[in-house]
Amino acid sequence: MSASQAIAIDRPPPQARGWSRARILGYALVGVWVLFGAGIVAYLVYAWNAEFFARYAPAYLQGLGTTLSLVAISMILGAILSLPVAYGRMSKHPILSGLAYCYVYFFRGTPLLVQTYLVYYGVGSFRPELETVGLWWFFREAFYCGVFAFSLNTAAYQAEILRGAIESVPRGQWEGAASLGLHKLQTLRKVVLPQAIIVALRPYGNELILMIKASAIVAIITVYDLMGNAKLAYAKSFDIQAYIWVAVVYLVMVEILRHGVEWIERRITIHLHR
Amino acid sequence: MPAQSIWTLLSWGPDGWSDDIASGVLVTIALALATLPIGLVIGFFVAFAKQHEEPSLRLAGNIYTTVFRGLPELVTLFLFFFGMPLLLQYVVRLFNPDATIDVNSFIAGMIVLSLIFSSYASEVFLSAFRAIPKGQYEGGYAIGLSKWQTMRLVILPQLIRIAFPGLENCWLSLLKDTSLVSVVNLAETLRQSGVAARVTKHSFLFYSVAALIFLALAVLSSIATSYILRYLGRREAR
Repeated sequence: MSASQAIAIDRPPPQARGWSRARILGYALVGVWVLFGAGIVAYLVYAWNAEFFARYAPAYLQGLGTTLSLVAISMILGAILSLPVAYGRMSKHPILSGLAYCYVYFFRGTPLLVQTYLVYYGVGSFRPELETVGLWWFFREAFYCGVFAFSLNTAAYQAEILRGAIESVPRGQWEGAASLGLHKLQTLRKVVLPQAIIVALRPYGNELILMIKASAIVAIITVYDLMGNAKLAYAKSFDIQAYIWVAVVYLVMVEILRHGVEWIERRITIHLHR
Repeated sequence: MPAQSIWTLLSWGPDGWSDDIASGVLVTIALALATLPIGLVIGFFVAFAKQHEEPSLRLAGNIYTTVFRGLPELVTLFLFFFGMPLLLQYVVRLFNPDATIDVNSFIAGMIVLSLIFSSYASEVFLSAFRAIPKGQYEGGYAIGLSKWQTMRLVILPQLIRIAFPGLENCWLSLLKDTSLVSVVNLAETLRQSGVAARVTKHSFLFYSVAALIFLALAVLSSIATSYILRYLGRREAR
């Protein structure tokens, strides 16, 4: 009789997975979700209307294009604009950092809808002045106003992401690079940014998702993006499936992006996992 | 109509718009405050489900956050505002064929904002749950507390302290999201400013006022939260 045999005999039996209260509740809740999803699918099948689909599907596709281009242009312009703002936030100059702080505080503290109204209706109300300056063509178009407001808004958020990521790199990295004779720009490009990107990727992904979701707002200032076309389709047909379809499209888009960001993050942090 | 100075426009009373906008501000605050407790409770239970050992509970919680964080706020609002009456009407007409149903925009806004707020708050609660070591539960059970007592007396006080900064962010975005309900004709700050802007043709002025009001609410919230944070910190020190 050896010790190993005794251990083998005394091993506890596998835990029984009975119907605990939590399990019943969990199954019930999943059941509710399944019923909910099945209900929506059943409704879409029941309300299937080839005419509706033929009439509005091309409009939805076009709207999807508008949404994507709005988000892409705003993200890129915002990224460019966020550089000076992030620089200002990190600078020791009191006026510069104060200005950058106010910019960020204003755009993060007020609703995007208010900012969009302020640009489209507010700035747009100075028509004679804008015409003399020659900018009226820009502020006349709801799409351009949307891009303008969204770029300013996302620049504030992206500046904070950038600042957080750069400040997350320890100071020793700057000092080490300086002692090797790299100047500041080289240090930023070759030492700090590669480390900061890993930190910044997830927030940037979240910001992109937030922008896609927020871009539905431009439908209110008469841009025919995805949401705008859904509004139009609903106004013409009084058919709730106009909104259900648009919800499905947004949900799919957001899920694809979210998983894409997770995939990229796994790839670029592969050297950190052991 | 004679040209009015902006001071008349911003005065209190029949000529000015301050009283109208102030009533809108009250609606904004009421909506946010009415949403907060509902959202917090739902968010807590969703987070509880998401960290439970039972896989089906986790799945149900994850579907909840995926749906309500993935949908744009505006789409959720419209779906609810236009879809819910249809559904309710369908049910009610089974009993009373002549009934018509209208959804109050305050209630609709409150429900939709609770769904959105709770899905974000649940993520905050979830990371707070994960920050609490298992030993805290085991210690609670070891001195004879029941599951519910352990949760209430041991876990929850720590959870609130850890989750507080994240919940503050959720509250700030809730405050901003209330402006979306103006789209379904709730007379809150943005809506009232918009009416003033359209009537007086001073759009820039009134939308700036709306922006400044939201900014002031954010500043007030951060002052209030710093007080609460200090209070929570004092509790911790004892």
